[in-house]
Amino acid sequence: MAEPGADDAKSAPKPRRETVWDQGGRVALGLILPLALVIGWESAVHTGLAQGRLMPPPSRIAVTLYDLAASGDLWMHVQATLVRVALGFAFGAVAGIAAGALTGALPTARHILDPTLQALRAVPSLAWVPLFILWLGILETPKVALIAVGVFFPVYIGVAGAIASVDRKLIEVGRIFRLSTLQLARRILLPAVLPATLTALRTGLGLGFLFVVAAELMGASEGLGYLLIDGQQFSKADQILAAIIAFAILGKLADTVLVAVTRPLTRWQDTARETL
Amino acid sequence: MLTLDSLSKTYSDGTRALERIDLTVPQGEIVALIGGSGCGKTTLLRLVAGLDRASEGSIVLDGETIAQPHPGVGLVFQEPRLLPWLDVADNVGFGLSHLAKTERKARIAHALEMVGLGEHARRWPRELSGGQQQRVSIARAFVANPRVLLLDEPFSALDAFTRKDLHGHLLALWQETKPTILIVTHDVGEAVALADRAVVMRPKPGRLDDAIPLALARPRDPASPHSEAATRRILAALDRSLKPAQAAAPTEAAQWW
Repeated sequence: MAEPGADDAKSAPKPRRETVWDQGGRVALGLILPLALVIGWESAVHTGLAQGRLMPPPSRIAVTLYDLAASGDLWMHVQATLVRVALGFAFGAVAGIAAGALTGALPTARHILDPTLQALRAVPSLAWVPLFILWLGILETPKVALIAVGVFFPVYIGVAGAIASVDRKLIEVGRIFRLSTLQLARRILLPAVLPATLTALRTGLGLGFLFVVAAELMGASEGLGYLLIDGQQFSKADQILAAIIAFAILGKLADTVLVAVTRPLTRWQDTARETL
Repeated sequence: MLTLDSLSKTYSDGTRALERIDLTVPQGEIVALIGGSGCGKTTLLRLVAGLDRASEGSIVLDGETIAQPHPGVGLVFQEPRLLPWLDVADNVGFGLSHLAKTERKARIAHALEMVGLGEHARRWPRELSGGQQQRVSIARAFVANPRVLLLDEPFSALDAFTRKDLHGHLLALWQETKPTILIVTHDVGEAVALADRAVVMRPKPGRLDDAIPLALARPRDPASPHSEAATRRILAALDRSLKPAQAAAPTEAAQWW
């Protein structure tokens, strides 16, 4: 059978493969602003335009970070924060996926659970802090619980929404091929909700890092949040900024790892490359 | 043999979509269901596919009543409805998971060759044009060797050139196993190009109004006098179907085939 040219001409063009130069150029563009700020502030302090007491110059922050790292303190604090985020993220994500799947798939469960969960979502998460301390003490449990609460809601909303909006037409394809409920869930629902679920997990992870600070402000003796409080109490602005930078790096690294691990699952998506 | 016996469909809101449809289709016949919007063509196809339940009447395929999706019945939707997370080959083989891997691969490869997409097996659906996607969807339906293949305006969104090409692919696949085909179409030319019989439907509620046999040799030339005469007869029947129904006419008209 002859291949009509018009048909093929309409094929979506294969996206051009990004070269090393393209990647390098993009990274360089992203670095312009932070580098300008670093150089500008450093020069301002060195030339006496600014004191640098409340906003220390980058070189002093770097020395503080180096000292913290060399003494082993930085790793101890990073480890404490990471363990809390990991545990809170795990509990929050599992609970969010389970609740989202339940309310997304079963209307009765949605009618029973969703109004309450939406009401709880409206409570500012920090409002739970006093209650968690009262219930769970001041050790690790209330911190992990607070992070889990922060992670739970975006994951819950994302998964429930994704399941509820699976294309009915694709479900019909499954019905035509006589898939059982379990096969339908595995072969159509699961892959269909995967991209939205991964996006929800990413949002949840970001909130996990947000909430770990609040959790560590509850009273911790280690963790990056503790470094912040300690820096505030002893007027060590360089330590506060060092902790903030450590948070930024950790958060970005965790996000990058999550995206890298899950990217193969969504490479069929047209938009995956653009959004992840 | 596919037999529809007094098939009616009333929706839960009281809308009567189909009224006493009687239709017998011998194995291997291609029937075009043609009619204006809202005359129940798609509803009829969904009932035969087992996606919806008839309110009254029955659908019998070779002595077996169909009330839910049946392994002997395949359906090609109006849109390709490919699963975006599966590549072309896996989409075609979606309904073949019960087969051994080697047989599945061989059948997928053959079906893709038949629709001219042998080299596209590992591409994602998003990388294909609309016409190519619909070819994958036709291959997916054919690969399961259905006894009855239902097509719901499968070419309506495509340009005339691609449509003609797909008619060729469809007929080539049909030649292999000769399934019964019910194809819903708005396009009289398509009915003349493909079908052995054009069944004209009348709306509100959907009924069978007329049947025009199209005993033309294949391949068909749309410009031949026979094709043009058939087109005129279908158009005249369509005109009649759009006029108000005569009292008691539909039931009687539906009887003779």
